[in-house]
Amino acid sequence: MSQSLAGSAPASLRRAEPLAYWNPYLVGFLLGLVLLATYLVTGRGLGATAAFSSVAAWLTGLFASADHVTANAVHARYWNEGAPLASWTVFLIGGALIGAWISGAQGRRFRWSVERGPRVTDNQRLMLAFAGGFLAAYGAKIAKGCTSGQALTGGAILNVGSLAFMVSVFAAAYALAWFVRKEWI
Amino acid sequence: MFPLVSHVEWSVATDLAIALVLGLGFGFCLERAGFGSARKLTAVFYLFDMAVVKVMFTAIVTCMTGIALLSAIGAVDVSEFYIEPTALPAQILGGLLFGAGFMVGGYCPGTSMAAIATGRKDGFAFAFGMLAGVWAFAEFTPGLEGWIKSVSQGEMLLPSVTGVSMVWWAAGFILFLLAAGRGMAWLENRFADWKPRYS
Repeated sequence: MSQSLAGSAPASLRRAEPLAYWNPYLVGFLLGLVLLATYLVTGRGLGATAAFSSVAAWLTGLFASADHVTANAVHARYWNEGAPLASWTVFLIGGALIGAWISGAQGRRFRWSVERGPRVTDNQRLMLAFAGGFLAAYGAKIAKGCTSGQALTGGAILNVGSLAFMVSVFAAAYALAWFVRKEWI
Repeated sequence: MFPLVSHVEWSVATDLAIALVLGLGFGFCLERAGFGSARKLTAVFYLFDMAVVKVMFTAIVTCMTGIALLSAIGAVDVSEFYIEPTALPAQILGGLLFGAGFMVGGYCPGTSMAAIATGRKDGFAFAFGMLAGVWAFAEFTPGLEGWIKSVSQGEMLLPSVTGVSMVWWAAGFILFLLAAGRGMAWLENRFADWKPRYS
């Protein structure tokens, strides 16, 4: 605090600028090594959606009952004998949260903010984010995987279904881009 | 030799520790690439910043090349890998819904973690939407899983379907990435005007 009293207050109070992101090809290479390591150690790839299913099963057990969870074929697969949070995928995503935080903190990129284009309000953006998450979850459940579990993991092993998933994802997004442009640009 | 899991047995605690470490690397890479930002992610759909494709494509090609080479020298047994069965109708329908969710929501499940970790409130909103979505799927449409199973075509990998070995596919993808890199640089230049002029 003491240094901010030294005359040039606005400059010294200003937050340090966020550092630039890394070259996308370099990050892609590193991400590829992480994916390769995952395959070589565990025999399967990465995945993010399963962790959400585990948390949903856990919450359902908490607010409804364990019987309700085990009676549901979908929830039951994530129940993990009563400890849905002690699952591989939840720890993977927990690690991702910490890893992203480390990267963001080091790059001075942590800000409480709402990401949106200039033509929508924060509240509109938050509602669209929720709706998009809901839709993406349904898609990932039907396709049995998301960008991590299908596109990256399946793509790297040349899984035909994963490649079809990837093409469909980009096709839908590009087809919709014009209609939601006010949200972003 | 690889995957280790078929030769070595480890405890549940070790298994979860492995998940945490791999997750650290995963999340670090996503944030480093700028994927904690929904505007950076969706920029790919307005063509002025193709980072999403560059990162994904490079990651896929890197991992594919590693597996192909290790498999060619006999260090990895791909038949020991878990392969998600192909079910084209489910993966196309799911992919279309997922793509729409990505475009509207601005994130995918993994990148929403990078968004949350860097303070993006819309990242939280997306993750809550995801949670509601997987819950609703289980509660209201569990029957869809029967349909997905019924359209499953079993394990289908391009090398076995086409008879062209994985090493050749990897080589082809590397060449394609080099060409695509030039194409993407051109697109970013061509559509630079669409980039919002603020922050």
